Amino acid sequence: MLTRNMKITFGALMLVILAMFMLPDFMPAVHASEAAAAEATSAAAPASAAASDAAAEPVANAITFPPAPKLTEADYPTIPGVNARVMVWLVAQLHLWFGAFVVAVPMFVFIIEVIGMVTRDERYDNMAYEFIKVSITAYSLTAILGGLLSFGLILFYPDLFKYLAMIFKESMFAYALLFFAESAVLYIYYYGWHWLQGGNKKWIHLTFGLLLNAVGLQLMFLANAWTTFMMSPAAVDAAGVFNGNTWEAIHNFLWNPINIHRVVANVAYGGSVVGAYAAFKFLSAQKKEERAHYDWVGYNANFIAISALLPLPFAGYYLTAEMYAYSQQMGITLMGGVFAWIFIIQAVLIGALFLSANYYLWCGMGRSDGAYRYNPRIKYIAAVLVLAFLVWFTPHTLVLTNSELKDLGGPYHQILGVFGIMPAKNTAVNFLLTFTFLSFVFYRRANKVATVSWAAAGNAAQIALFTVGLINIVILGVYYGYFTNTVYKVAASIPQVLTTLTIIITSLVIDAFMYKGAKDVAPLHWGRMPARSQYALFLLAVSFTWLMGLMGYVRSGIRQHWHVSNIFRDGSPDAFTPGLGYAASVVSVGTIIFMAMVIFVFWLSTISGKHVVAKGYWKEQA
Amino acid sequence: MKNFFKTAFFSLLVISGFWGFSNFGIPQIKPAPPPVEEKLDLGAMTMDQFIALGGKIFNGKGTCTLCHNAMGRAPMLDKVGANAEERMKDARYKGEAKTVQEYIHESLVKPSAYVVAGFGKSGSNDTESPMPDVSGGGIGLNEAELAAVIAYLQDSSGSEVTVEIPQMDAAPAEGAAPVEEAALKTPEEVIVKYGCGMCHKVADQVGALGPDLTKVGKSKSKDYLRQAILDPEAVIAQGFTGGMMPPTFGEQMKAKELEMLVNYMAGLK
Repeated sequence: MLTRNMKITFGALMLVILAMFMLPDFMPAVHASEAAAAEATSAAAPASAAASDAAAEPVANAITFPPAPKLTEADYPTIPGVNARVMVWLVAQLHLWFGAFVVAVPMFVFIIEVIGMVTRDERYDNMAYEFIKVSITAYSLTAILGGLLSFGLILFYPDLFKYLAMIFKESMFAYALLFFAESAVLYIYYYGWHWLQGGNKKWIHLTFGLLLNAVGLQLMFLANAWTTFMMSPAAVDAAGVFNGNTWEAIHNFLWNPINIHRVVANVAYGGSVVGAYAAFKFLSAQKKEERAHYDWVGYNANFIAISALLPLPFAGYYLTAEMYAYSQQMGITLMGGVFAWIFIIQAVLIGALFLSANYYLWCGMGRSDGAYRYNPRIKYIAAVLVLAFLVWFTPHTLVLTNSELKDLGGPYHQILGVFGIMPAKNTAVNFLLTFTFLSFVFYRRANKVATVSWAAAGNAAQIALFTVGLINIVILGVYYGYFTNTVYKVAASIPQVLTTLTIIITSLVIDAFMYKGAKDVAPLHWGRMPARSQYALFLLAVSFTWLMGLMGYVRSGIRQHWHVSNIFRDGSPDAFTPGLGYAASVVSVGTIIFMAMVIFVFWLSTISGKHVVAKGYWKEQA
Repeated sequence: MKNFFKTAFFSLLVISGFWGFSNFGIPQIKPAPPPVEEKLDLGAMTMDQFIALGGKIFNGKGTCTLCHNAMGRAPMLDKVGANAEERMKDARYKGEAKTVQEYIHESLVKPSAYVVAGFGKSGSNDTESPMPDVSGGGIGLNEAELAAVIAYLQDSSGSEVTVEIPQMDAAPAEGAAPVEEAALKTPEEVIVKYGCGMCHKVADQVGALGPDLTKVGKSKSKDYLRQAILDPEAVIAQGFTGGMMPPTFGEQMKAKELEMLVNYMAGLK
């Protein structure tokens, strides 16, 4: 039996690997024009044998691609009562939310499974299984929404879809094949969880986890290529004629910056959604043990979300810098044009994310009897976080009446105006990150007492590290931000980020050594959490969802009236960029639909384990 | 079930908060509609009108002021005429221009021919300009529009205007007969197109530099409003200074658009 199972597993594994190796065959490795020339040569060969003067004629069979079409309103099919743009917008956003969730969950499920395997603590294995169970239904919904999006594009934007399919046909075909691979691996990974346990079987299961992540990421990277091509087209000339190969079009200027940003953001997002699941289960739990379990699950989900949330601003900053590098015009439209006010909304949302994540950590200190040592310091962290949030939230240009404008002497406030520009906001974000990390340090230490002889020196070193680092962040922000020219204003953000990373990494290393073999004050009281703390987890998930929707609007909106930036103009009646209020309404409706579907997914995961005995319903078997 | 409703209510509350802030907590800026090709009768234009056309393109379709402004993103162009002479002699100059006019043209279509120190692409050591070729891509100025911008830059930098008004339509012909742009259909479209909301509070726009027009029909007649649009300096509203509102709407607006806007404002009570 064991040998048979091993053979089946090995066979499935080989199939998936084979499918992945076959992918490059669908991507033309050679330059398209070379491929066309080769094709033309082979086609011309028999002809030249038949007629000697044929060689003198130009190659007629070379593939020539048409330019991007010039569309009018009549080229966009309509269905009465359906707003094509809103429909495609909502479906694309819902697909992206679910897609982000199902790509992210296997990443941390794999890591949690490894932790369980290394520590031989079955709780981790059970938690990883519970997470993947939640994502199973979400996976189907992702596929359904993806299909709906394709239909939406074909129905309402046929010329755009045709143009993109002409350039990306190979990768679109590969994408469809990868879906089979993804389904196969996911189902083996999920349904084989309890079958592939212990010894070598666990290694096989883990390998499936790795493959699941590899396939999931490939799917996301391919879809990202189509999206980023529309922003920063490559392998096409000014008229939109495709003159390169698929790889060049995929590997366009903004592809990797988006890939990095989405991988990090997806993990944070997946963590927050799973945290909401744990919060829901915690609040619904009837038994003490159940509450303790879901408190622990919620803590881990929040930990995952924060761990990814910390580097996320840097990934976002990198993406924005690359947008500027690709097109200064695009960058300025994003940060200084009609979308500038988006970043004030973004500040509110990210402020909500950080405050809720910190609040949950502070509540979590209640699980420990040793937390009283750190509790008095929390109020200072809270004050810094609120101040940093307020600086980030301060707009550059104020909206004023004429008399207010005259009183103020311009649209910028004399004192608050200095907080409106990027150096102040960069400084505030770095403070937000550093103090969130400090909250985490306090949480970790709350239940522990260091036993190493150099604990006092270690503490002093950490205090010095934080102090010097924060002073450095302020100096970089103030001096380079206000007393030098624009070039340094932007450039100073990099050493600021490096300072924050240095504080976090060095402090973690010191802590790891200092608390090695540390004593526990008392066993942690899992489940000793106020109900309000669970709403912080909900706030995290809802804010994240809404934020992703809003930033999706911006990412797409900076193309303005172009389907593909500067080469394929949007000729539809909806070619104008919608205002912020309108976009906020669409995003809000999308978030409500998504949250309703997610709660449905949570509910499905709870009923799958229920078994009702219907006495007297079934015929008694002899 | 109780927890389901509590969490659902809480989620709705959070979403409503974000929605409310986005709709009522920040100014509602309506992005400009996509640019449209305008039919221009260049043959009937005076040089002053041609220079004004260049200014309009410089500040509008050309998107030049996105970077060429006091923020320091790109060099200021107030001395471009005088600077051009020096730059053409600079060892770093890679272009072929011989005159100021040619230099400005070259800067517009081949911006990397000369990159002002400190304004090159990051890592290019000022050999590559971040500026796009304004004759292609999303900006797509044609030769007549380029000439108008050059005339405007020469004039505004105090240089002699050497450009001649081209004897052609500014809109690209491409074999097709130029199409007269249709009049806008609603007063809101007129307000957005002519940028009234940049200075005035009207419709969904929240400009604050000019008088608030949300109830202007209460105190002003149609004749007054028509005159205020066609000749803004005729009467300056109390508490405001003159010279702010463009005097060119009379040439730009179609009669139908003007009357639609006047009727609309007269109805704001």
